[in-house]
Amino acid sequence: MSVGYPILSTLIWLPIVAGVIVLFAGRNNPALARWLSLITAIVTFLLSLPLWFEFDRTTAAMQFVERFDWIPAYKIQYFLGVDGLSMPLVLLTTFTQVLVIASAWEVIRERVEQYMGAFLIMQGLMTGVFVALDAVLFYVFWEALLIPMFIVIGKWGGPRRVYATLKFFLYTFFGSVFMLVSFLYMYYQAGSFSILDFHNLPLGMTAQILIFLAFFIAFAVKIPMFPVHTWLPDAHVEAPTAGSVVLAAIMLKMGGYGFVRFSLPITPDASHMLDWLVIVLSLIAIVYIGFVALVQHDMKKLVAYSSISHMGFVTLGMFVLYDIVESTGGLKGAQLGLEGAMVQMISHGFISGAMFLGIGVLYDRLHTREISAYGGVVNVMPWFGFFAVLFAMGNVGLPGTSGFVGEFMVILSSFMANPWYGILAAFTLIIGAAYTLWMIKRVIFGDIRNREVAEMQDLNKREFAIMTALAVAVVALGVYPYPLMDVMHASVEHLIQQAMTSKL
Amino acid sequence: MTFEIPNLSLALPEIVLLTLTSLLLVADTFWSRTCRDCTYWATQITLVIVGWLVFSDFATQTQVTFDGSFVRDTLSDVLKLFIVVVSIGIFLFSREYLLQNRAYYGEFFVLGLFGVLGMFVMVSAYNLITLYLGLEIMSLALYAMIAMQRHSDRASEAAMKYFVLGALATGMMLYGMSMLYGATGTLELTGIAQKIASGEVDNAVLAFALVFIVIGLAFKLGAVPFHMWVPDVYHGAPTAMTLYLASAPKIAAFAMLYRLLWDGLQQALPDWQGMLVILAALSMVVGSVIAIAQTNLKRMLAYSGIGHVGFVLMGVAAGDAEGFASAMFYIVVYAITSVAAFGLMISLARAGMEFEEIDDYKGLNDRNPWLALMMLFVMFSMAGVPPFIGFFVKVAVIEAAVNAGLVWLAVLAVVMAVVSAFYYLRVVKVMYFDKPVETSRLEPISTQLGLAVSLSASVLLLFGLFPGWIMELCYRSLGLSVVA
Repeated sequence: MSVGYPILSTLIWLPIVAGVIVLFAGRNNPALARWLSLITAIVTFLLSLPLWFEFDRTTAAMQFVERFDWIPAYKIQYFLGVDGLSMPLVLLTTFTQVLVIASAWEVIRERVEQYMGAFLIMQGLMTGVFVALDAVLFYVFWEALLIPMFIVIGKWGGPRRVYATLKFFLYTFFGSVFMLVSFLYMYYQAGSFSILDFHNLPLGMTAQILIFLAFFIAFAVKIPMFPVHTWLPDAHVEAPTAGSVVLAAIMLKMGGYGFVRFSLPITPDASHMLDWLVIVLSLIAIVYIGFVALVQHDMKKLVAYSSISHMGFVTLGMFVLYDIVESTGGLKGAQLGLEGAMVQMISHGFISGAMFLGIGVLYDRLHTREISAYGGVVNVMPWFGFFAVLFAMGNVGLPGTSGFVGEFMVILSSFMANPWYGILAAFTLIIGAAYTLWMIKRVIFGDIRNREVAEMQDLNKREFAIMTALAVAVVALGVYPYPLMDVMHASVEHLIQQAMTSKL
Repeated sequence: MTFEIPNLSLALPEIVLLTLTSLLLVADTFWSRTCRDCTYWATQITLVIVGWLVFSDFATQTQVTFDGSFVRDTLSDVLKLFIVVVSIGIFLFSREYLLQNRAYYGEFFVLGLFGVLGMFVMVSAYNLITLYLGLEIMSLALYAMIAMQRHSDRASEAAMKYFVLGALATGMMLYGMSMLYGATGTLELTGIAQKIASGEVDNAVLAFALVFIVIGLAFKLGAVPFHMWVPDVYHGAPTAMTLYLASAPKIAAFAMLYRLLWDGLQQALPDWQGMLVILAALSMVVGSVIAIAQTNLKRMLAYSGIGHVGFVLMGVAAGDAEGFASAMFYIVVYAITSVAAFGLMISLARAGMEFEEIDDYKGLNDRNPWLALMMLFVMFSMAGVPPFIGFFVKVAVIEAAVNAGLVWLAVLAVVMAVVSAFYYLRVVKVMYFDKPVETSRLEPISTQLGLAVSLSASVLLLFGLFPGWIMELCYRSLGLSVVA
């Protein structure tokens, strides 16, 4: 497949170059910085659309491949390509980025050019993570991403921003370095850094277990999974709205992406042996973190915990496949679980992004995220109330919203694996509904609580447009998820085949 | 007895450097009153000439002269070129510093050139005497340069410490060398290697010789547990001198490491490998952990330098040519990074405000966003975060360690990389997140200085985006072929 331009490189480098230009040109000229950033984000999104339309849905092979030598001394290549697993995530990135830039329009007043520049550079790097097929290139994007995020949280964040951003950086940095060592080990074995070569590399059981654990630390921190999730609530609470959106909607997905791109295909036997670890931690995340979310009185923290709980579904759906194959003997259920996990990632990108943007809307007006400061918002902000309830329903997993599709598929497949998994996972439908709806009840409904709330303005046109875009995405994916699943189908099948083929 | 005239052309750069430096020493006494900048410019021109001499006759094969005591090979030429480039940067920043501190003496540059000469000799040394000679030429110049600010107690103390401990280190090394001579009966590195390979050497004597030599090297490099002088000297010396100390001599020290341990004592690899592993592990741990507690940027960079030496030694400890190549890559990049870091400090320093304490950097982003960005490049590069070159050098040495089966050391190294990330991040935090104490805008720095700072810091990013050629250079100069 090809389009007229090197599409993946364009998606990476256009925002980065534009970001650097914004950094320089936008100094002392915030309006220019804003418009330049928005135009870049929109153009990048439009340029990313051919990925969807030109994508060959019948093959699991890498598409839109670009491959050049980068560092010959170590056989490191500039090797890009997408398949059904990464393509939707690239589109999610370019789509979210438009909303992120728009959301910061009036809110950020200090050093606008640095803020916008950081987000544009981040966008390019995130795209790079999803499309890199060379392990070192992947790692470069993965780590480089920390720099702009570190600055964004630390500079424009809340009162405890320095603590939060250092914690964020060090946690993720610590998680990833072990991945680097295992890359180097595999390079030593395979003689190349190509991820596709890693997929075919035979590895002994001990090596596989160690590599699996190294990957597991890296991705579990990023997702984040219980018990290494503690950086996320801090980072979310302190980050500015756009930072939270990027974190929740895109960066967390990198962990999930890492599991399907690295852990399952590279270390299938270790994944089989240690799948209980992931499943148990996922179930703890789903149930326990759900309860933790229930008691939060800061809205952002609540959504942050709800994110952890929802990402538990992603890891659960990915790692139940071995149990399913053992208990049913067929691959059908495994396919359901993995596709459910992937759909859940995309859906969570939309919904969590929308929730954080909604909280941002409230925060811009009242400058607090305490649930108790609000009440009866719907009376003064009817449109906002509408969107908030819609996204809350998505978060709960109501049929008709995108949240339902992924969760349902994962719960169904975990039932096939072991009914207990299914029962525990299904708990989330109750807990999730409890914490989400309770928050909505306290914030949106009821009587107007105080004078500040009474003076709040409803959504302006910009906010309305952002919310509408997300609402359309949530409902469309909820009503008709088939196109998304169709895109992934071949790749997921291939992945399951890889995951079931022993490397010993 | 006939006297053969050695092939002098191979040592032409050194000869020219020595001649010009000596001329400059005399000339400086004449023109120091009338033309202050003459010595500076003459120094830079000398370096350019010498660099060109090396470059124009670039060695592609090993040639030996002076009865086997002087070697010219690709490695020596590559390292000399790096030394020249780094030194040009050093003198550029030093001049600014000396002008600001009213300590501008032409002798600084002349001594600096003698230091460069010493490094050249070290790089090309092929027997123990030459090696020692080079080391002493360099060290004596450095002692004098640190002590040049004779009214500063701190500088005098630093010079004294450096002198005493440096002398001790050279003494150790000399002792080791004499034992090596005793064991093998030759001073030439190739001869030593042959003798050891033949198996006629008393292993006990050899082991003792090795211990002393490694201790001497560790002293010079500032590896733990022989690192005590590093923080005090870095801190006490004038920043211009710290810049000098932390950059070019490290490249020369690598050459010494390579000549002794690889060219000479390759056969004794099992004996020195273990020592280097211990030195590497300790240096990484101590360098990373103690740096956290520092509030003075120079001291912090001193400890971080100890940590970096640990990484270099890890590459060497891998014990193969690839390991040395990765260590060379690391040390060259470290030298460049040091120039950028201390150069930034010098550019920021103004009369009364030395920019030595980390707190001085508070809110730098509000006061001068460009310099803050450059400092950010330096800090992230030192922390080993991609896409900066500091990441690739860490990958190279860690890869070498993994290749050599030292996986535990590699894991320790990455953990220490995370620990050290903390204090680099703190500098970034101070610059970007804290409010400035003084809200006044910084005095704009001169164009020349601004360009130099921007160049030296942004090469860290540029090399990081295109690290291929410099890696290849290091590989080729150690005779490794690079397969595309």
